[in-house]
Amino acid sequence: MQISRETLLRSYRAMRTIRAFEERLHREFATGEIPGFVHLYCGEEASAVGVCANLTEQDTIASTHRGHGHCIAKGVDVGGMMAEIYGRKTGVCRGKGGSMHIADLSKGMLGANGIVGGGPPLICGAALSHKVLKDNGVAVAFYGDGASNEGTTLESLNLASVWHLPAVFVVEDNGYGEATGSSYACAGTQKDRAAGFGMPYMECDGSDFFAVHDAARDAIDHARSGKGPVMLHVHLERWYGHFEGDSMSYRAPNEVADAKKNHDCLESFRERAGQDKLLELSALDEIDAAVADEIESAVEAAKQAPWPEEADLMADVYVKI
Amino acid sequence: MSKKSFRQAINEALRQEMRRDPTVVLMGEDVAGGQGGSSGVKDAWGGVLGVTKGLLTEFGENRVLDTPISEASYIGAAAGAAATGLRPVAELMFVDFVGCCLDQIMNQAAKFRYMFGGKARTPLVIRAMYGAGFNAAAQHSQALYPLFTHIPGLKVVVPSSPYEAKGLLIEAIRDDDPVIFLENKVMYDDVEDVPDEAYTIPFGEANLTREGDDVTIVAIGRMVGMANEAADRLAKQGISCTVLDPRTTFPLDEQTILECVEDTGRLVIVDESSPRCNMACDISALVAEQAFGALKAPIRRVVPPHTPVPFSTPLENLYMPNADKIEAAVKAVMMQKTREVA
Repeated sequence: MQISRETLLRSYRAMRTIRAFEERLHREFATGEIPGFVHLYCGEEASAVGVCANLTEQDTIASTHRGHGHCIAKGVDVGGMMAEIYGRKTGVCRGKGGSMHIADLSKGMLGANGIVGGGPPLICGAALSHKVLKDNGVAVAFYGDGASNEGTTLESLNLASVWHLPAVFVVEDNGYGEATGSSYACAGTQKDRAAGFGMPYMECDGSDFFAVHDAARDAIDHARSGKGPVMLHVHLERWYGHFEGDSMSYRAPNEVADAKKNHDCLESFRERAGQDKLLELSALDEIDAAVADEIESAVEAAKQAPWPEEADLMADVYVKI
Repeated sequence: MSKKSFRQAINEALRQEMRRDPTVVLMGEDVAGGQGGSSGVKDAWGGVLGVTKGLLTEFGENRVLDTPISEASYIGAAAGAAATGLRPVAELMFVDFVGCCLDQIMNQAAKFRYMFGGKARTPLVIRAMYGAGFNAAAQHSQALYPLFTHIPGLKVVVPSSPYEAKGLLIEAIRDDDPVIFLENKVMYDDVEDVPDEAYTIPFGEANLTREGDDVTIVAIGRMVGMANEAADRLAKQGISCTVLDPRTTFPLDEQTILECVEDTGRLVIVDESSPRCNMACDISALVAEQAFGALKAPIRRVVPPHTPVPFSTPLENLYMPNADKIEAAVKAVMMQKTREVA
C-alpha cells in the first residue's frame, strides 16, 4: 500500500529529529553538563518511527531505557524533552524524571522505563484499557533483546494471548543487552518464542523505514482488528554505547563504522524517496535545516531554563494525601 | 444495616463500586476461578477464599478477569490499566507473593506520578491477604505492610473489622493513587453490623475504639481486636486504656497518636509484622521525637520475634502477639516509676 506524502514527510522529519537530538546529546554529554545516565537511539530511528507512523495519538506505547526515539516518534514535545534531560523545571516531567523516565500520557506515551522488562506488563494493562473502554486503541511495547529474557516479558506474552489483547510486542534487537551479545544471552529465537505463546510473528530490517512501516502496519492492523497480540522483531544496530561513556570494547572495531556506512536509515530513506520519486530531495533538505534549528533552540532554551525549586521536591508524590 | 462478615463486607464494597463505576475491573488468580475447567462453571471459586464470589455472574468476563498464575504480568497490567483509564482492583491473593511482582508496584505504579512530573494518575487497588494464625507457614503468613509503607507513592490500608473493611475499600477504589489493601486472612468470618449502603472512611484518620486515661495502645489490623480484649481485662483491674487503630499506615494519623500519648503518657504498640523497621519502630520514633516530654514510661512494643512465621501451632502461638502479651506490656509500662513531667 502506498504511504501518503504527508506520512513520509512527517516520518522523515521524526527520524531526522531523533538523529539530531541524539547526536547533539552525545556532544553535550561529553561536556559534563548533562546529569545522570543517557542511552542513545542513534541508528535505530526507523524502528520507532516506522511503528508509530501506524499509530494514532490515542494508541499507547511503552518504551525502554533507550526511549528518546520512541518519545519523539509518538509526538512528545522536543523542547520539553531536552529540558527534562537537563533537569529543568520546564521539562516534560518538570525535571523529576530525566532521560530514563520521559513520559507524556496525553500523547499515549506511557514512559521510558529504567527497569529492563518494565514495559510489557504495563502494555498488557493499556491494551486491556483499550479493550474494556472499546476505544479501538492498540498498545505497543517496545523492548530490547535484553528485555526479551525478562520473566515480565515472557509472562506478558502469555497474558496478552490469554486475554486476547490488542497488543503489539516490538522486540528491538540491536544485538546487545548492555555489553552482552544476544547470540549469547537469548536461547532459541524470538520467532519460536512468539509461536510458543500462540501469536503471529513478523520481522523486518530496522534500518529500512519502509520495511518497518509495512510490517508494523500489518502487526498493528492485526491487533486492532481484535485478532489478539502480535510480535514484531526488528533487527537493528545501535551506533553508540549502551550508555554515554561506554567504551564499547565488546564490539569489533569496524562494527559501528560499517553500520553507519551501510545501514543508515536516513540515507536509505533518501535513496528510496529519490529513486521512486516519492519526495523531492530539496524537501528533505529543508526538513534537515528546520530540524537543526529546532534542536539548537531546544538546547539553548534548556540551558537557560529554570531549575526546579524546593517546593517541587514534595509535590506530586500523591494526587491527594 | 445488617450483620456481615469481613468477607461479605469486602464483596459488597466491590459489587457496589463496580455498579457505580464501569471503569472498575477486578483481576487476579481465581477471582472467578473455573475458567477453562471441565465443569464449565466459570465462577467456581470466586476467589481462593470466596471473597469475590458472584461478581463474575453480575459483571461478566470483561470486568472480572481470571489471570494466569503470573503476578508480574497482571500486577503490571493493573498498573498500566490504571494509568490509562481503568480503576483496577487486582488481587494478589497472599501478600507474600509480592516477591514475584514488587517491581510493578515499587518501581512502576508507585513512582509514575512523581517521575512524570505530576501528569499521571494511577488509581490502582491491590488487595492481598496477610497475617499469621492460620498455620499457613512462612510463605503465606507475613504481615508486609511496613514494606509498602516504606515506598513513597503508595497508600497502605489495614482494616480491623468488617465495618472498617467496607468503608476503607470503597475509599481505596475511589482514591486516585495506588493503594495496597491488606486483609487479615484470620478475620474473614468475623461478623459485625455493616451498613447496606455504600460509605467511605477517609484515609489518615485514626479510629479510637475506646478512650482511657492511663495507657495508649496503638494496634494495627487484627491486633485491634486483641488490644480491645486486653483493655477489657485491664479495665477490670483498674487500668484504663485508649485503643487507637490507625486504619492506614500511610497516610499515618500522627496527630491523633501524639494527642493520645500527651493525654495518657504511656504507649504500647501492637504490630504483627516482623520487628525490625516495622510500624511499631516508626511510631516509636515519632513519639520519641515529638512527645518525649509527655512520656511517663518507656514505650513498649508487642511484636513477633525476628524469625520467619513458623508452621506448627505451638510455635505459631508463641510467635504471635495476643491479648495476654498486650496485657502484660500494659502492666509493665504502668509499673514503671512515674517520671515527673515538668
